Amino acid sequence: MHSDVIQTRDLSLFYGASQALKSISMSVREKLVTAFIGPSGCGKSTFLRCFNRMNDLIDNVRINGSVEISGQNIYDSDVDVIELRKRVGMVFQKSNPFPKSIYENVAYGCRLQGIRNRQELDDVVEESLKGAALWNEVKDRLHSSALGLSGGQQQRLCIARAIAIKPEILLMDEPASALDPIATGKVEDLILDLKKDYTIVIVTHNMQQATRISDYTAFFYLGELIEFNTTKHIFTNPSKQQTEDYVTGRFG
Amino acid sequence: MNLHQNQELAELKDKLLAMASRVETAITKGIRALVERDDDLASKVKIEDDEIDELEIEIDDMAVALLAKAPLARDLRFIIVAMKICQNLERAGDEAAGVAKQAIRLNREEQLKPYVDIPRMADMALDMLHRSLDAFVTGNATVAREVLPMDLEVDDLHKQLQRELVSYMLESPSTITRCLALLQLAKRLERIADHATNIAEEVVYLLEGRDIRHGNKGLDT
Repeated sequence: MHSDVIQTRDLSLFYGASQALKSISMSVREKLVTAFIGPSGCGKSTFLRCFNRMNDLIDNVRINGSVEISGQNIYDSDVDVIELRKRVGMVFQKSNPFPKSIYENVAYGCRLQGIRNRQELDDVVEESLKGAALWNEVKDRLHSSALGLSGGQQQRLCIARAIAIKPEILLMDEPASALDPIATGKVEDLILDLKKDYTIVIVTHNMQQATRISDYTAFFYLGELIEFNTTKHIFTNPSKQQTEDYVTGRFG
Repeated sequence: MNLHQNQELAELKDKLLAMASRVETAITKGIRALVERDDDLASKVKIEDDEIDELEIEIDDMAVALLAKAPLARDLRFIIVAMKICQNLERAGDEAAGVAKQAIRLNREEQLKPYVDIPRMADMALDMLHRSLDAFVTGNATVAREVLPMDLEVDDLHKQLQRELVSYMLESPSTITRCLALLQLAKRLERIADHATNIAEEVVYLLEGRDIRHGNKGLDT
């Protein structure tokens, strides 16, 4: 049984006077893939970024309600945000490797945590690159610049970097939208492999991608959670007319 | 899907209805060929069946092209259901051709008895087919569900006919050839009613997303 690992209650978010999220309550289950879909500006990325407090970095943001991860409200004043982001990793739309070697990109988080032992770092780098299905492609050039990798490889490197610090949850904001179909396929395969160990929440504009990789799907519109159910239900027989209209491309 | 694809879905539906109309015609002609002892009419059923087979291939081709566009939700159900309805119609068309074939065989001999139950069975099967397709066109799940119990009536009539024909055969072995032909013909009508039932079940799935086949109470997808 997959227990709830993230739980939001009446979560609202305002950018200044404008409300971007409207009282969203939902749960994300452990070691499953949950997809967020909806038209641009519907709030899905904003909602995703609430799970590791990335919105804290934006001025003028106000949040009401709570986000509990494993029972703890991550917006409580005593929460260490750095610790939180170690538990909740993130991969972005555009791959953003550091201008360093492949090895250093993956080892970076561990070094920040104070790990200096060479063998330990080597092990983490190998394990993470294997976990991100990149090891075989880069094992002979670990000390070359990460910027020399292809777009798809760079994205998998970012996933390796995220899992190197052993988070519980991986947030992915359109991780394959800038990739060609072959690289996208590799990232999707990787996501399906990773859910054995991680809880994954992914924002995607590609509904077929959501059908291929997710177990649950949430549809957002104008800052509201319209429908949340199993992916099969959402894409074969949605309960709400708005969901039906969106997934069949008849929206608006 | 965009508006252009909506047009394609409408074309798929039209093609399916054209096929359904051919199947209804084929069944009607097959039964008339028996009742009116008209071999010419019976031979026309074969032509109808060939056209039905061509339509099956065209419809499947359209459906595959639409599936390649990765439709979802109701569009996805519509295309899947269209393919299944198409397959059931094609088989009903084959049954009509079988009815016509038996009619030609029976017309060669003296009529065993006035045909009462067989035309009745045919009317019931046609009515079921017509209603299930009407439910598909009008999007009415209630009409589709009403078709399901009608299949039991056809089955009962079929069993009654079987008993009657067995008693004929026991009484007079000279009737055996004709009785066997009539039994086969009746079986084909009973199968047409089964295909109509399948179509009605598919229409419920299309409209409600519930699978009610094989006595399933309708598990939500």
